[in-house]
Amino acid sequence: MSVFGLSFGVVAAEQGLSVVEASALSLLVFAGGSQFAAVGLAGNPVAGVVAGLLLNTRLAAFGVLAAPFLGGTGWRRFAGSHLVVDETVALALEHEDREEARATFFFTGILLFVCWNVVTVVGAAVGDVLGDPTTIGLDGAFPAVFVALLAPRLVRADARRAAAGGAAIALALTPLVPAGIPVLAASAAVLLAGRRGGES
Amino acid sequence: MSWVAIAALAVGTYALKASGPILLGDRPLPPRLGRLAELLPAALLAALIAVSVAAGDRRLVLDARLAGFVAAAAAVWLRASFLLVVLAGCGATALARALG
Repeated sequence: MSVFGLSFGVVAAEQGLSVVEASALSLLVFAGGSQFAAVGLAGNPVAGVVAGLLLNTRLAAFGVLAAPFLGGTGWRRFAGSHLVVDETVALALEHEDREEARATFFFTGILLFVCWNVVTVVGAAVGDVLGDPTTIGLDGAFPAVFVALLAPRLVRADARRAAAGGAAIALALTPLVPAGIPVLAASAAVLLAGRRGGES
Repeated sequence: MSWVAIAALAVGTYALKASGPILLGDRPLPPRLGRLAELLPAALLAALIAVSVAAGDRRLVLDARLAGFVAAAAAVWLRASFLLVVLAGCGATALARALG
């Protein structure tokens, strides 16, 4: 997680974001994959934001899983919602007891939130002083990060079909439409991958 | 990146995260939506890989980034840590560029 945040800070700086802008993303969005997507598609900000949000639709599903132990009233539900990310919910769900789940969720959530934001600042500061990003291969960080995020999802056959379809659509459309649109159009791959059914 | 874009991503992401705990309460998500939310990241991440490896200005380009992708994929295949995957991606890209 800390390396992930560090790389986010570095590539954000290399894409021309200030330390304040990179930090704002980490503080206010707090969802790493979408932050990478938005920064990576910086040439087309609207597509970047939409791709980030589509990527985050899975957090709505995690939010639903977290609802029982975030339940109750007041500030905990609102503050807790911000901490809904893959890691916090997955760890909390290992506890059957609601109070334990809630405690684990907030403990890991606050820890991750603090780490993520500290390393973003460090990464962005480092990125600012590094020279031309292409000479040290920093543009290679984007595919590497996305590969690392994608790989664990490929255990399911329908996810593999969605990934293959998404990549094919994006490549086919790249020469035809403005930057950013091919990634958004790749969402259509889930309709094909989903329709054929088959759970693994 | 503009502040409008940052704000839009922040507000939208919070709405997605909070929709369960605040709107739905204890009710389960419709299974169809749940499945869609699982498959979308796979399609989008693969598209982001494709574009970050091969997209040029309105055309497909094969260059040093391909070497970085292959190295990163190999590192993931070998179950390397996240740090090594990113270093492999950057290192191979820089090396291929220096050689080519």
